[in-house]
Amino acid sequence: MRRVVITGAGSINALGHSVAQTFEAFAAGHCGIEQLRIRDVERLSVQIGAQVKGYEQEAHFNRQQIALYDRFTQFTLLAAREAIAQAGVEFRGEFADRSGVVLGTSGGGLTTQDENYRAVYEEGKNRVHPFIVPKLMNNAAASHVSMNWNLRGPSFTVATACASSNHAMGLAFQMIRSGMADAMVTGGSESMLCFGGVKAWEGLRVMSKDGCRPFSATRNGMVQGEGAGIFVFEELENARKRGAPILAEVAGFAMSSDASDIVTPSKQGASRAISGALKDARLSPADVQYINAHGTGTAVNDKTECAAIADVFGQHADELMISSTKSMHGHAIGGTGAIELLACLMALQEGVIAPTIGYEEPDPECALDVVPNVAREAKVDVALSNAFAFGGLNAVLALKRFS
Amino acid sequence: MSVQDRIIEIIAAQALLDVSDVTPESTLEELGIDSMGLVECIFAIEEEFDILIPFNANDPSESDFDISSVATITVAVNSLISRQS
Repeated sequence: MRRVVITGAGSINALGHSVAQTFEAFAAGHCGIEQLRIRDVERLSVQIGAQVKGYEQEAHFNRQQIALYDRFTQFTLLAAREAIAQAGVEFRGEFADRSGVVLGTSGGGLTTQDENYRAVYEEGKNRVHPFIVPKLMNNAAASHVSMNWNLRGPSFTVATACASSNHAMGLAFQMIRSGMADAMVTGGSESMLCFGGVKAWEGLRVMSKDGCRPFSATRNGMVQGEGAGIFVFEELENARKRGAPILAEVAGFAMSSDASDIVTPSKQGASRAISGALKDARLSPADVQYINAHGTGTAVNDKTECAAIADVFGQHADELMISSTKSMHGHAIGGTGAIELLACLMALQEGVIAPTIGYEEPDPECALDVVPNVAREAKVDVALSNAFAFGGLNAVLALKRFS
Repeated sequence: MSVQDRIIEIIAAQALLDVSDVTPESTLEELGIDSMGLVECIFAIEEEFDILIPFNANDPSESDFDISSVATITVAVNSLISRQS
């Protein structure tokens, strides 16, 4: 069977504008959550979020590009540029025809929709800019990556709420492994931190007003973030032939559906995705050292996820390190799995486990080693990344240290 | 500023040119404005003069709005301004 490796990584999120800055913030246990700086924030009951800091679109894109690139597309392109530069890959000829883009997003150009609904409904304007549709469509980011780097094979966008980018990366992995493609640019992006985006989330009453404290008994909800994580996945032999840097091997992937409730997660659905990813990677539970948890910081997610992990790993669950980096970069919804995969890469490549910050008090229903507050050094050979979406759609990736 | 000067300003901005490079005789093609750029120009002119331009991007030649040059656009815009005000 063809093997699949990661040869490039890029990101922009609340912790930094690159992978190196993100790793540094992970290792320092830095929190990217702060007071939101968006229009009409005073009308929101939830006023915190993990926004990308120090970002001026004009510093990266010209006027015509800005007319076509929603913030989620901008984040995607910046992260893709970093990932593709690291991979040192050029897409030409037949290789370009066998390379594609599969990305996850949940809201797509939600900020563009929000701004333009405001213009026509609130401000009573009767016309909008001609490019609103190509700017807001969910596949805009994937299309612009394909256009910018000449990826001419299979490209599309996946939307499974909070699991979008894990589903996207899982599909990219399967497409290369099966021989459908030789390289894929994959990951995800989200930018929902606009008035309408936060207002909609407020309605569910699962948002914290003061911080994200996954697994802590004092947790009181999730905090939204934004950003992108983009990777280059390649078939191993091709990557070797090119002399590409190999960051890690994508060893397995599984998805499952709870088929039960539109918002409440199920332990069985999560367990089946976790054990499925191990089986797909031909690994046993005892091979795993680190899990990047979905860990949203809601009461129900965290205890269900811990119960699922205890189910799959049995006694080995006590040996595992499990952390939720959402405590630092917030919940970047459709892009979150891609940003969180960086914590797995850091564990495998650098032997540093990103902590769960904001941890105050043990919760007996989350009695696992959640790497509280401080990063830890550890040798990791196998890491999993969990994503469990609203709608009961679960996607888990298994990564192996490449040696 | 005259209607024509304001139109030239919009078109020059779209074509990333100096206003002095755009004359009444200039055609959009000469100025390097493609179909997407044309739709953006139409939008910007509508915004600038608060008018509604009868323009269908499916087949611009079928529209009751002559886009052959800056001068014809100016004539058409002047007529829309007087009809729609």
